Order: sequence, then C-alpha cells, then structure tokens
Amino acid sequence: MELFLANLNLTFLIASVVKVIFLTFMVIMPMVAYSVYAERRVSAVIQDRVGPNRVGMPLTLLGFKKDLQIFGIGGLAQPLADGLKFILKEDFTPRHVNTFYYWLAPCLTIVPALLTAAVMPFGSELNLEVLGVVQPIKMVIADLNVGPLFIFAISSLGVYGIVIAGWASNSKYPFLGGVRSSAQMISYELSLGLSIIPVLMIFGELNLSKMSIYQDANGWLLLPLWGDGLSASRWILLIPIAISFLVFTISMFAETNRVPFDLPECETELVAGYHTEYSSMKFALFFLGEYAAMIVGSGLCVTLFLGGWSIPFAPVLSKLTGLQFHFEAGNTPLLTGLLHIGTFFAKVFAFIIFFIWVRWTLPRFRFDQLMKLGWLVFFELALANVFLTALLLWLVPLK
Amino acid sequence: MAFVTVERPKLAWHEKIFLSTFVKGLKVTLGHAIRTFKTLRGSKTVVTMQYPEQKWDDQLPEHYRGVPALVTDEQGRERCVSCQLCEFICPPKAIKIIPGEIPSTDPWAKVEKRPAEFDIDMIRCIYCGMCEEVCPEQAIFLRKDYAVTGESRAEMVHDKKRLYEIGGVRTGLVNKWNELK
Repeated sequence: MELFLANLNLTFLIASVVKVIFLTFMVIMPMVAYSVYAERRVSAVIQDRVGPNRVGMPLTLLGFKKDLQIFGIGGLAQPLADGLKFILKEDFTPRHVNTFYYWLAPCLTIVPALLTAAVMPFGSELNLEVLGVVQPIKMVIADLNVGPLFIFAISSLGVYGIVIAGWASNSKYPFLGGVRSSAQMISYELSLGLSIIPVLMIFGELNLSKMSIYQDANGWLLLPLWGDGLSASRWILLIPIAISFLVFTISMFAETNRVPFDLPECETELVAGYHTEYSSMKFALFFLGEYAAMIVGSGLCVTLFLGGWSIPFAPVLSKLTGLQFHFEAGNTPLLTGLLHIGTFFAKVFAFIIFFIWVRWTLPRFRFDQLMKLGWLVFFELALANVFLTALLLWLVPLK
Repeated sequence: MAFVTVERPKLAWHEKIFLSTFVKGLKVTLGHAIRTFKTLRGSKTVVTMQYPEQKWDDQLPEHYRGVPALVTDEQGRERCVSCQLCEFICPPKAIKIIPGEIPSTDPWAKVEKRPAEFDIDMIRCIYCGMCEEVCPEQAIFLRKDYAVTGESRAEMVHDKKRLYEIGGVRTGLVNKWNELK
C-alpha cells in the first residue's frame, strides 16, 4: 500500500482528473448543446426561417445595456432551456419493453462516444509555471500510442446502444431502425478503418499527439505549405490523402447516422427510428451520444488531415512576427498553448457547421444505394488507396 | 391515348457521382442562409412575423371569426331575448343560457325576456360562427379578438358581463324595439 502511494504520481492524477472534467463537462457537453442550437439556427436560415431566437441571456436584468447576442442574433440560452425541458419531462417506460435493455441502451450510446474523446489531443501543452506546476501538461487525457485504433475499437461499440434500443423497444419501427443501423455501421466501419491506413503509413505513427506535432512543424496533410511539406513527395502523396479524406469524411457521415445516411432514424419511414419509444432524458442521451460522436469524429478528422491543434503556417508566422506560434516540446508559452486549444475547437466547430450544412442540402439515400456505396465503391477505393500509397511511398520516400 | 415519353436527362460523369450537383446544392443552401441571416440581423424578418411585437390585427378581414360576444344597442339595451337558438345550434355545446324575465315595470317590458345568465365556454368554442348566423335578434357576433387566455378552466368561461364587455355597442335597426310591431 505504501509502495503504491509512493509510486502514485499526484500531479499526473490531478491533471488527468482536471482534464477529464474540463473536456467532458466544460467542452464536449456544451459543444453538443450548442451544436444542437447551431443545427436549429442554421437549418432555419437555410430554409428562410428564423429559428429559436427568444431564450436570450438576460444580461439586461443584471444591469447591462443589451442582452448577449452573437452577430445580432439572440436565443443563446436555448440549449439551457432544452436541457431543462428534457430533465423535467416525464420519463415514460412503455409496458411492452424489455426494461433492463431499454434502460441500458441510452448509456451504451453515450459512453463510447465520450470515451473516445480520451485520446483526442485537443491542445499542445499548457505551461502552468504560474501555478507552480513545473512540467508542462499535455493537452490530451490519455496519450495512447494506438490512438486511432482505440477510437475505432470504442466507437464501434456505439452500435450496440442502437441495436439494443431497437430490440428492447419491442416495436416494429425501432426494430427496423436498429437493424438498418447495425448493417450501416458495420459496412462503413470497414471503409472508415481502411481509409486512414494510408495516413498512418505516411505518418509512420499511431500516436495522435505526435501526428499533430508533425503536422505543426511540417504542414498539414491537406495543406503541405511549410516545413517538410514543401517536398515533392508530400505533394505527390496529396492524391492518396485526398482520396482518404473523401472516403473518411463520407464514411463518418454514415457512421454518425447523419443525412444523407440517416436511414436508422429517417422520419418519413420509421417515425423516429430506434429511439421512437424513448422520452425525456433517455432520448436526450441518444441525442447527446449522436452529437458527441459527431464531435469526436470531426476531431479525429481534424487531427489526421487538418493539423489538429496546429495554427496554419505556424513556423512561418513565428519567423515573421517573432512571437511563438508553433509548438516546441517543453518550451511553449502559456498563451500559445491556449491558442492551440482554441484553434482545435474552432476547426472542429467549422466541421460541425459543415455537417449541418450538408444535412440541410442533401436528400436521403435509398438503403440499397447506401449499401452499394459502402461495399462496392468505398471499400474498394479505400483498399486500392492503401496500395497506391504504398507504391508512392516506395517510389518517392519521405525523409 | 397519347403517350409522352420523357427522356431521362443525360448526366455528365461529375453529375452522376454527385460531385458538381453536391457543390451546386451547397451553393443554393448557402445563398439562402446568407440572405436570411442578413435580414435576421436587424430583426427585420421578411416573411416571418415576430408575433407578440408584430400583429395582423389591422389587416384582419371583415369576415374574420374571432371570439363570440353579445352586443347592446345604442341605448344600452340588451339585444338578446334568450331564445336559446344559439345554445341549440352550437356544435360543441359551448353556450349555456338561463333565460330571465324582464319585469313588467321596465319600460321595455314588451320584449319580455332577456338572459339571466349567458356563458360561453371558450375551451369548447370552435369559432364556427353558427350562433351569429342563427341569431334572430343580431345579438351575438364573432369579434376580431383571437387571443383568449386564462390560467384556469373557470377563467376560460365568458359570462354575461364579460361577453357584453367584449361585444360593446352595435348600432342598427332591430325589430323588437319597434313600438308598432
């Protein structure tokens, strides 16, 4: 026991707990809430409507001159009102369900979605010498050396939540939704997994933080404009990377059940799909899980292809301005660290807006089209891409 | 029967794989988003009416069917004679009338009856206007008010006093006051 206590790294433990709480409850949860708000507002403006604009932050009550607004648009407290509504609503369990699995399903949807966030490097390092912490703290909860594999392993568990929800509801529409969802997620997991193999080959690395550091110094995979990125091999490798990016992004839409692949919950055919029988907070958990999966998926995409937390042209900017914008192990100023965190979430947010934008642009695919796209196009494309990358890496090796 | 053969449009390869069409779609939605967003910024919405601040009231048509109400004539006399025709015709049975007698000392005792109680349950009312149509004395009218609210069921029942309050005065000839008839 004493040995155990002596070996306990207290700084690491406290830092981890703080990071977990910060990332889960102060970043991902509010981000989910505000993605839902963004979804409602963006869908509204796309369809020439107004959207929820009434539930404002009543700063006027506190003596301010105006209520808080972004770009002259109010309604910013709508997510709080939504959350309150979900908590206060009656939690109804229908008689005909299998109660145990019915209660289990929402948890199985949200837990994997939040777990995958653990390996996401959401910032470089925070140098907290002001608070008396000697070592800079890495802005990732678990700096695993198998980052992407961990994410795939855990996020594929998310399908259980949906399947169990569909089955336990004991009614036909949820059942059909669950069946569709399992087929879809299993199919697209293949192309999703295969599509990032070229990227991993290029990095020669499975650690997401090291990938970000490499991209910070040598140009993003999709934007090789500084450092080693200016080499010929990186530019030639843009071809397989672009294919990877395309396949990965579209598969991610399918994995997260978003339009145009939202067949598990298509309203016109299946009422609400697998969560038809759910109400109140249990329904909210499905919703949270779906959006959290979206955020983590976007985070992974950003980390792999768009430089993660790195500021575009960081080394060039540092040279031009004399301030430090790039990452330097153990020697990154606090402000730069904070800026890196902000950059990461800005990128993720932009991605989510893109998700929403696509949702309100495209109609839904038919189920056979979806399966055909997954098995006959993306699977082969991703597989061929692996060999293409191998060939290119052999012909024009990276430094 | 004449047949019209509709040719399927010939699609280019980039249209077949949704590439150019996807971009086109994104452009359309973005255009709408930006246009609507600009109008939203100054709260000057073009299509949507911001309800409690903006209202249709002055643009309501003459035949608008709002809440039903009783009216008095220019001299403050009740037009209703409590014949109960509206009570009988009312499809959702929202109206309840208890007829009362006009005392013989009243100068208008000749009319004989007026309602002692006249309740319209606004939770039941369907605003069909049949009461107005059936009334032989032009005593009940559908007004242009539409926002009827209350915190209890009892509050949503309009009694006689409230009905006259909403209805107000209406001028025009009604036969029953005519001395010669």
